[in-house]
Amino acid sequence: MAKFTTLTSHAVPLPVDNVDTDQIIPARFLKVTDKNGLGDNLFCDWRYLKDGSPNPDFVLNEPESRGAQILIAGDNFGSGSSREHAPWALVGWGFRAIISTGFADIFKSNALKNGLLPVEVSPETHKRLMEAVQPDRTTEITIDLPSQTVKAPGGIESSFPIDDFSKHCLLEGLDQLGYLLSFEDQISRYEQQRT
Amino acid sequence: MTSTMKLKTLFQKVWDEHVVVQEAGRPAVLYIDLHLIHEVTSPQAFTGLRERGLKVRRPDKTVATMDHSTPTLPKSLWVIDDQAKAQLAQLERNSKEFGIELFALGDRRNGIVHVIGPERGLTQPGKTIVCGDSHTSTHGAFGALAFGIGTSEVEHVLATQCLLQREPKTFEVRVDGQLMPGVTAKDIILALCAKIGTGGATGHVIEYTGSVIRSLDMDGRMTVCNMSIEAGARAGMIAPDDTTFAYLEGRDRVPKGAEWDAAVDRWRQLRTDDGATFDKTVIIDANKLEPMITYGTNPGMGMPISQTMPTSESFDDPSQRAAFEKAMKYMSLQPGERLLGKKIDVVFIGSCTNSRISDLRLAAGVLSGRKVAEGVRTLVVPGSHDVKRQAEAEGLDQIFKDAGAEWREPGCSMCIAMNGDNLEPGQYAVSTSNRNFEGRQGKGGRTFLASPLTAAAAAVAGEVTDPRSLLLA
Repeated sequence: MAKFTTLTSHAVPLPVDNVDTDQIIPARFLKVTDKNGLGDNLFCDWRYLKDGSPNPDFVLNEPESRGAQILIAGDNFGSGSSREHAPWALVGWGFRAIISTGFADIFKSNALKNGLLPVEVSPETHKRLMEAVQPDRTTEITIDLPSQTVKAPGGIESSFPIDDFSKHCLLEGLDQLGYLLSFEDQISRYEQQRT
Repeated sequence: MTSTMKLKTLFQKVWDEHVVVQEAGRPAVLYIDLHLIHEVTSPQAFTGLRERGLKVRRPDKTVATMDHSTPTLPKSLWVIDDQAKAQLAQLERNSKEFGIELFALGDRRNGIVHVIGPERGLTQPGKTIVCGDSHTSTHGAFGALAFGIGTSEVEHVLATQCLLQREPKTFEVRVDGQLMPGVTAKDIILALCAKIGTGGATGHVIEYTGSVIRSLDMDGRMTVCNMSIEAGARAGMIAPDDTTFAYLEGRDRVPKGAEWDAAVDRWRQLRTDDGATFDKTVIIDANKLEPMITYGTNPGMGMPISQTMPTSESFDDPSQRAAFEKAMKYMSLQPGERLLGKKIDVVFIGSCTNSRISDLRLAAGVLSGRKVAEGVRTLVVPGSHDVKRQAEAEGLDQIFKDAGAEWREPGCSMCIAMNGDNLEPGQYAVSTSNRNFEGRQGKGGRTFLASPLTAAAAAVAGEVTDPRSLLLA
């Protein structure tokens, strides 16, 4: 997993609540057997018109979105299915962090395993960030994981929560399976006790 | 019980039993008793195992089925495209190579993962059960702790039979009173979603309690637990009782003889202690429940079928208002109007929410001696081959066919629209499935979620209809 320490980037504003995993990556793209290429179909049904051409009204297609690594979305982001294809698609497009007032449980768990940082902020901070980014798409936001803070011009500064273990894994670029495998002896003992 | 013993909820009992290691400040290492896998969310996990040179630690605790991209046309092994074919072939190869039991396409035990687990008796009280599928919450109906996981976690469980998990909070949903005629388990869970919203139980495990939950059969309990995820909860649980044991007794994978008796004695302890507390409680008065239907693009946007849809003014919160307006636009509906009488194009009766024998009996009860309205396409898709055989033994298939509905092979089908069963752009469907997200049942398709009774009534009328009008007729 890629390390995550500090990220400074312009952002894509998507002020929509309850963005579900079927919008992030529709089910018809789940027939793949690897993780590659899903970024091309991120938000597919919002992003492309019927004839397959880019929808000029969708924020991801605006030239200002190019190269952005931060998505600011509405409340309850990632609700719905357990598909890890959702963070794979977001990372595949180039996002490294999502800012919202709330995340669905499984999405958050999946994101953290793919170097994609869910940044949960208060409704007030969220509003201020949206108001900073929407009129000026070059506005840069800084997300600092060691200090768990998000900053933007205009004196916006706020902390965000993350559990110590996930933070440690992101900072070191560790994947969690290695940690789990280190408990082999305890797992074997547990299995023996229960049979 | 001595005063020093901690009072525990059902969830806490099952959780505590499965914690292998709990280091301070770290997530628990939680042991998993049953790992169910399917073709869509497992291939990358097996690739990960191979890359690390790892084996499946407990193939005996792992069971695979094919359900998401499988065909449902009768007597056909037509698979929608080469990608789906490759995915199915990969599950077959992975299962064989790693020694995992697979209920492949054509196997008499095949079906939707959340239908076959309970059917085979793999799902049992007190177990921890996971699957790369959010509707794994279904299995909580048996007093198991069951939840959906991502593909990285599928790999973790394959490799270690364990998961890293932080202990969730507890949430009691008590359903008291009595269900009125025409009101079913599906209406209870749609009412909960409407009441607390799709993020209402985020971070929590729900336990359903109360006289109405006790009165439900196992199929109804599974319907309720299935859609816990639609209220944001990762898991839903119901304490096992005689209804649970009667369902399980004699099934393939449950203990037999003296071991069965011992298991039942053990399972009877799986209940929330009197006096144990939940982090949150919501009470639903069943006496006031009506058949429910959704009007919007998430399962929380639902209402009693006789009511009018909200208007923009119903929402104080600007972002909720925006979400409502966006949904109305996608659904092409007029705020403030009734849904009753709205013309529909398709009825889908199936999915891991409502494809079991009790669901099909409910639908058949409405369709018996009646015809599907002209121009309405009605698909009835049993959840498994067991369900299909049972339905055919009872003559339900004939009722559906006589009415003009399509009687299909088991699978997820039009719930997720991966297999060629899908809505066309702009079509309206009344569906017994679990998600009405934009495009969920086919790009541009519009979904009204409802019970099997309401879906069958809509098929007959060709429009959204209160099923009670047909039940009383």
